[in-house]
Amino acid sequence: MGNWFKSGTPWIWLNAAAVSASLIAVAGLLGLIAARGLGHFWPANIAEIDYRKDGQTIRLIGEIRDHEDVLRERLVSAGLTVPEDVLTVRRYQIKNGNRDVTGLDFAWILGPDIQAQRYPDDLVVIERREWGNFYGYLREVREAGKTVASGAAAWAVMHERLQRANGLFAQIRDIERGELGSINYELEQLRLETRRLELKHQTTPEALAEIAARRAELQAQYAELQKSLNGLYSDIRRDSIAVETQAGQLVELPMSKVVHALRPNAMGVGAKLRVYLFNVWEFLSDEPREANTEGGIFPAIFGTVLMVLLMSMLVTPFGVIAAVYLREYAKQGPLTRLVRIAVNNLAGVPAIVYGVFGLGFFVYFLGGNIDRLFYPEAQPAPTFGTPGLLWASLTLAILTVPVVIVATEEGLARIPKAIREGSLALGATKAETLWRTVLPMASPAMMTGLILAVARAAGEVAPLMLVGVVKLAPTLPLDGNAPFLHLDRKFMHLGFHIYDVGFQSPNVEAARPLVYATALLLVLVTVLLNLAAIAIRNRLREKYRALDH
Amino acid sequence: MNQVIPPAVSPLSQISPRVQARRRAWRMLKDRLARHGVTIGGFGAIVAILLIFFYLLYVVFPLLKPASAEAVADYPLSGPATETLYLAMEEQAEIAVRYDGAGQVRFLATQDGRMLAEHALPLPAGVTIGSIAEGGNGRSVVSLGLSDGSLLVTRHAYQVSFPNDKRVITPRVEFPLGTTPIPVDARHRALERVAVQSSDDRTTIAALTEDQRLLLVMLAKETSFLDESETVKRYEHTLPNTAGQVRRLLVDPDQRSLYVATDTGTLAYYDISDPDQPQLIQQLGVVPTGTTLTGMKLLAGGISLLIASSDGQISQWFPVRNEANQPMLHRIRSFSAGAGVTVVDPEFARKGFLAANNRGEVRIYHTTAEKQVLRVEVSERPIRMLAVTPRANAFLAEDDGGRLHFWRVDNEHPEVSWSSLWGKVWYESYPKPDYIWQSSSASNEFEPKFSLTPLAFGTLKAAFYAMLFAVPLSIMGAIYAAYFMAPTMRKIVKPTIEIMGALPTVILGFLAGLWLAPVMEANLSGIFALLLLLPLGTLVFAWLWKSLPAALRHRIPDGWEAMLLIPVLLGFGWLAFTFSPLLDEVLFGGDMRVWMRDDLGIGFDQRNALVVGVAMGFAVIPNIFSIAEDAIFSVPRQLTNGSLALGATPWQTLVRVVLLTASPGIFSAVMIGFGRAVGETMIVLMATGNTPVMDWSMFQGMRTLSANIAVEMPESELNSTHYRVLFLAALVLFMFTFVFNTLAELVRQRLRGKYASL
Repeated sequence: MGNWFKSGTPWIWLNAAAVSASLIAVAGLLGLIAARGLGHFWPANIAEIDYRKDGQTIRLIGEIRDHEDVLRERLVSAGLTVPEDVLTVRRYQIKNGNRDVTGLDFAWILGPDIQAQRYPDDLVVIERREWGNFYGYLREVREAGKTVASGAAAWAVMHERLQRANGLFAQIRDIERGELGSINYELEQLRLETRRLELKHQTTPEALAEIAARRAELQAQYAELQKSLNGLYSDIRRDSIAVETQAGQLVELPMSKVVHALRPNAMGVGAKLRVYLFNVWEFLSDEPREANTEGGIFPAIFGTVLMVLLMSMLVTPFGVIAAVYLREYAKQGPLTRLVRIAVNNLAGVPAIVYGVFGLGFFVYFLGGNIDRLFYPEAQPAPTFGTPGLLWASLTLAILTVPVVIVATEEGLARIPKAIREGSLALGATKAETLWRTVLPMASPAMMTGLILAVARAAGEVAPLMLVGVVKLAPTLPLDGNAPFLHLDRKFMHLGFHIYDVGFQSPNVEAARPLVYATALLLVLVTVLLNLAAIAIRNRLREKYRALDH
Repeated sequence: MNQVIPPAVSPLSQISPRVQARRRAWRMLKDRLARHGVTIGGFGAIVAILLIFFYLLYVVFPLLKPASAEAVADYPLSGPATETLYLAMEEQAEIAVRYDGAGQVRFLATQDGRMLAEHALPLPAGVTIGSIAEGGNGRSVVSLGLSDGSLLVTRHAYQVSFPNDKRVITPRVEFPLGTTPIPVDARHRALERVAVQSSDDRTTIAALTEDQRLLLVMLAKETSFLDESETVKRYEHTLPNTAGQVRRLLVDPDQRSLYVATDTGTLAYYDISDPDQPQLIQQLGVVPTGTTLTGMKLLAGGISLLIASSDGQISQWFPVRNEANQPMLHRIRSFSAGAGVTVVDPEFARKGFLAANNRGEVRIYHTTAEKQVLRVEVSERPIRMLAVTPRANAFLAEDDGGRLHFWRVDNEHPEVSWSSLWGKVWYESYPKPDYIWQSSSASNEFEPKFSLTPLAFGTLKAAFYAMLFAVPLSIMGAIYAAYFMAPTMRKIVKPTIEIMGALPTVILGFLAGLWLAPVMEANLSGIFALLLLLPLGTLVFAWLWKSLPAALRHRIPDGWEAMLLIPVLLGFGWLAFTFSPLLDEVLFGGDMRVWMRDDLGIGFDQRNALVVGVAMGFAVIPNIFSIAEDAIFSVPRQLTNGSLALGATPWQTLVRVVLLTASPGIFSAVMIGFGRAVGETMIVLMATGNTPVMDWSMFQGMRTLSANIAVEMPESELNSTHYRVLFLAALVLFMFTFVFNTLAELVRQRLRGKYASL
């Protein structure tokens, strides 16, 4: 044994254990996010539980979400009655929804107190636009307060009418978001135009009259839309359903507030899979509801992608030119070496510092001056003097430019000297050599740099919190109103969405699965981008290894 | 990438020399353009990056800039030479008001001393002014104690209008309680000293009559329960005057305390919060014996008392609760004014004050920063009166020769000093000096607490715990990966670790806060068992593995130990968590947290340093791992081969040769990891409670510089002291990581040079 220790073998094993632990940690983390994130969309069965509470048996309806084994002592000290002869007691978390009726969506119940557990086929889960899920038995479908179907027939009738209501809802949303939104935007533009004329002292009666005419026209359109909206609203309010809750109470839900209704207990695996895929699609393509705790994350995906695109457009030329300058044109002296080290180290400067810089320099200094010079009519409301898409992209561009410079420089350095010399010897100028031979050969390296930059930008949150991200943006930064791309608007971001919903939302428990799903998406994006960068880099290395010989 | 070179369109010989020359010139021009373009662009990009540093410095700079003041004008008093009783200025520093002993109120332009308006106060015939006091909201209520024992309450008010886009300020005198004086003393003796404070529903008047009776009159507006009618109830007390020859009276703006002081510096402190029963709390000497008290004022907010003495000392006092929970006045700090102080005038909104002395100097101080901000010589003669504007950007001083001196002051950030940023400061209402970060509150008169120490402490604490977790794992892992691991496995492990480094930190933070923290809380004993079990389990497994028959053992080639260990570690991990409840039951009587709290006195936060350490450690491991691995892997082969050939075991070679050679590289890896841990924001933001406490305990949270910036920056007002202090925090982070990274980079470059020469 002593010899064994002296030989050092145990230490080697311990070192190996460090690697294993790291691998387990990475795999475990990815697995955890994937399991929780993907599991969220599966339509879980709804249990009906007879539960003993304070000597009485009550009925609970809901999904069993989680369970844990708790030390008996802890439960006793919390004032619960638990069996005597056990060390731990299993308790279950059930999501019983109906927040508007019971006040809480979740409940912890003790295993030993469960008397019976059933999964009746006709239990319904209703996803609502407000107040979260509703669980219970569908009893009646009503039209204007009068029952039109009840009992077993109600399910089919409700589905028909739900489709109608959802169709109406989509119409209403289209009008409110699309046409009414445009009219409001144009009215605001008219107001700004009037103010602009006032500031320039050009308020001629003709100009004013023209603006007034346009305003009147828009207002007429507005009134018309409002009228058709009112009609749609009264249509959508026609139907309602009556659902029996776990306490046996009959609750009336307006059809306009229902998104979906499912009977998961009656569904087979195939049907559930269809619902699952539909849920995933809805998550990716829909807008958030209920303070971001339900619905989809489309605006966050859109904002992230747009911001990253803008950033790439800014960062690539700057990064590449700086790298070409440092490697090809600058005199390779101590100063260049110092600059290179400095650029290298900027990649290690905390992201929040860039955020502070972005807020101070871009938003307050540049933005404030732009507002004073070009948007005096909007004063005192800021246009560019407030955090927004442009400043966020610029800040992240500055943050990631060292990554691009370093990667490009590395690529340039790997190109054998012989290639440059060959080109120069054939009479090409330096610019031609660069443009025709060096840069094309280094393009995979630039690509790697850009991919790494994009991956970093997509996951970075801290600086964005200061320069343009909001928890809920009313409009997308890209829409149908000229000039279409609104660089001054605030936007939503996947990473910030995770922070906000996970930590700032009023109902963290209910939102948690959604955060896992968002996290999964973000992890997938960054991991795929990084894998791509690694693959490109490896291929590149192989290629130049071949060139060297 | 095979470039297909297009065949030349025409042989060179067929092109005329002129065309050739033109083409060559064009090519040269393009080359020059490219050179200049790239140089400018490259330079621009690099300058843009370096701009960050200079911009941060540019914003922070005003904090370091000393305050300054310049004389604008001086002029003699206008009107008859009567004694000035009271001097004040309005917010824009355009107009000053002067109450004189003859009952005249004069408004004058501060620029040139021109009289703008003059009002005679409605004094009853034969009555003179005995005393004067200021108080009320914005200190604009001026009360006059009269010779017939009554009190006249006035207010100087200003109306701002913009005819023709030009600002015009119109001053006026108002009488909030009517033009008839309120009777205070039933015996109608002259009021020698008064102190008045007034709020919406309560007015407190303290007065000293010429026969040395100390009167306290309180008028409280009371609403009847029955018909909601309002009545004014009057409370009157004659307080025991124990101090002696009283010269100064003060009532705080909340009307809870009354301060009475004599010339010799005896101060009596009364609690008057109960109008039925005012009581004397404390009587003490506040100036050194042999000196006289020459000024007593309340600092903005009304908590601190400033006391000036004839030996040129100004001391700050405020009530601090003693063991019996009684508020007792304490001398907190003192400032030297050089010569005998004649007037003290506190600023309106900040914890600063101005003091003038009998050498004609005006000095500006800040109490929290514990410093003299500025000293200017205003006059050759002693200063008699002093008035500062509500914005503290100008002051007016009257010397005993009857000349007024108007000065503008540039003093934006007096609250910042080395000691207020990094040292212990005794803040108002705190029991002792402490490091506190509390940048804002609902109240305007709040004393901002900008101590960066707890934040820097939190930053280092978080980084420390992260390193505690990351350094052993990553360096041991790097040693194994670089030196013992099979190449095929290396190809999997390295990218995996790199991906680990690329995971967005918001995800790590979210998992740490919402998953790891509750799991740790519920299985605390399991976590500690894990720390013990994993290394032990590894060793046990290694021993068992060695004892296996060689035939079986050789099936697995060398360098795959890490793969073998994965199920082993998972097994032991499962074991630790399964038996965690049993451990809790047997060792800690049910709950380790309760046991720690009750038996060890260690508090437990759910989001604590341990959670941060693990999560941030996870984020830092890849950085350290890849650099350390690189350093170990590139140790020249001939060194290790030599050592092995001389009969050393692989482990001996590693410890005595490889690690020794690679140690600078490992060191720089640790430095870079530390730099990253210091600046990490999202993980600490999400995985700690973000309370700026100073406690090394691993079960307590912290607040780091970076998280603090993320939380407070969006709300801080542009160019305020808070804004600049946050920039300072960012600059500190920037410098810290930059210096660390540069050092690490230099070490690495030297190492690379060494390897190349070997």
